[in-house]
Amino acid sequence: MKTPLAVIVLAALLPLLAGEYYINLASQIVIFAVFAASINLLLGYGGLATLGHAAYLGVAAYLSAFLYLKLQLAHWAIAPLALIGTTLMAGVFGLVALRATGLGFLMLTLALSQVLWGTAYRWVSVTDGDNGLRGLARPMPFGINMNEAMPFYYFVLVIGVFAIWMMARFVSSPFGATLRGTRDQPRRMSALGYDVWLIRWITFIYAGFWGAVSGLLFVYYHKYIHPVSLSLANSAEGLLAVIAGGSGTLAGPIVGAAIVLLLKNWASAYIERWNMLLGFVFVFIVVLMPEGVVPGVKRLWQRRSASRG
Amino acid sequence: MAAALRIAGLKKSFGGLPAIADVTLEVAEGERRLIIGPNGAGKTTLFNLLTGDLSRDAGSITLFGEEVARLSTWRRCHRGLARTYQIITLFPKDTLEHNVALSLLGLSRRRWSMFGRLPASFYADAREVLARVGLEKVASRPIAEVAYGEKRRVEIAMALAQKPRVLLLDEPLAGLSREERGQLKSLIAGIPRETTVVMIEHDMDTALDLADRITVLHYGRVIVEGTRAEVVADPKTREVYLGH
Repeated sequence: MKTPLAVIVLAALLPLLAGEYYINLASQIVIFAVFAASINLLLGYGGLATLGHAAYLGVAAYLSAFLYLKLQLAHWAIAPLALIGTTLMAGVFGLVALRATGLGFLMLTLALSQVLWGTAYRWVSVTDGDNGLRGLARPMPFGINMNEAMPFYYFVLVIGVFAIWMMARFVSSPFGATLRGTRDQPRRMSALGYDVWLIRWITFIYAGFWGAVSGLLFVYYHKYIHPVSLSLANSAEGLLAVIAGGSGTLAGPIVGAAIVLLLKNWASAYIERWNMLLGFVFVFIVVLMPEGVVPGVKRLWQRRSASRG
Repeated sequence: MAAALRIAGLKKSFGGLPAIADVTLEVAEGERRLIIGPNGAGKTTLFNLLTGDLSRDAGSITLFGEEVARLSTWRRCHRGLARTYQIITLFPKDTLEHNVALSLLGLSRRRWSMFGRLPASFYADAREVLARVGLEKVASRPIAEVAYGEKRRVEIAMALAQKPRVLLLDEPLAGLSREERGQLKSLIAGIPRETTVVMIEHDMDTALDLADRITVLHYGRVIVEGTRAEVVADPKTREVYLGH
């Protein structure tokens, strides 16, 4: 309990120590961490590798932007509508994707998200196609101006901490124990009286909901949404963040999200082909710590302590 | 006595090759039934059909008068059917008590609780069940760290934790030393008669004394059924096991 609290305190102190650039970067990391953590529910705890999770981020963002720009609804009405709409979509997508497991599941999630990605490009009257939807204003909860970096960061941090806490409670609950069971021994779990399919479907919907929350924060941050948010690359980046940080751990997706965004932002300032560097870093992590940075560092630390003791 | 388990005309083929070819049998409530047969006789396939791990091609499976052949595996478990596996199927990273607690949770409404904690009572009950099989001292150790014989006992503990009405034991004595076999046989013999036990055993001599009645399967068919004396005396049994 001490480490998460220390991380939250440090994160809360960051705006007092860092400039606007780093505050904005931290906002992006928190948003991406929520996205990665929602993928982790499926991959790390359910053993379901998805390549379509950007669908929930993108659809929530598009819904929010569309309702604001085209229907001129208020943010307080838009947010629940976008979340409910996206979560319902996750329910329907889950019905399709969970017809399979393993590679079949991976391909179905990819196919479903590609349908949305293509639609976002082609349905110009709704999505403005390749131009994307722009001109969105950030919400102003309690009249606080969110256009400044610091108040927006705190807004994102509060929601991000709440999201991670809710996901942590979920995976440490009795249902979370059954979810891990379906990951490790699905056949045995059925024989023990568990409806494996239903457990996976509920998790799929829950992960879709938190993916949608990250989508709302994403569109509030950028005030713009483009079809690339729904792309395979975006889903894969989230998946890689989870794998790099350590799937099946709570801290893994947060660390993975930080690695991806720090590399993207720092490396892209100095290196033209920063994607290559990102690739090398992933290869390096997988070779050195196949279980991810968080469990890997923990293992090395324990080994070091044991050799000293 | 009423039938706990009734199987009629059960058939299952794999790619045209019949694994279970028209099996009909009845197990009475509280009975200890031993199913024996050489390798490839269809014993484990029969269990997989009973639990719903495999779907049948034809036939009916009745559990205490209720047709269960169309039910999914987890629903059959809720009707009182539990099993162990020939190849150990446990959660190796988790402790023994967590494995048994998962078994207890499987029949509890609490398995749907998404924001609470697993109550300590589940672990207390799990330790009680583990004590019944003589594993209380290693209850908090991960499965991966205990011996093969202990894993076999955890398999049985997980099944017993659910207080099943019908318990299917798939070669529970396989791979055990003589001493471990003796311990496990005592454990199986001590299962209360409220639980009907159907046990597969490849080796005929090992488990004969545990059984009230014995069924001999060969090429997916019941070739002999009866008491120990009847089965041993039947020439078909000798033919299957001794080839003459």
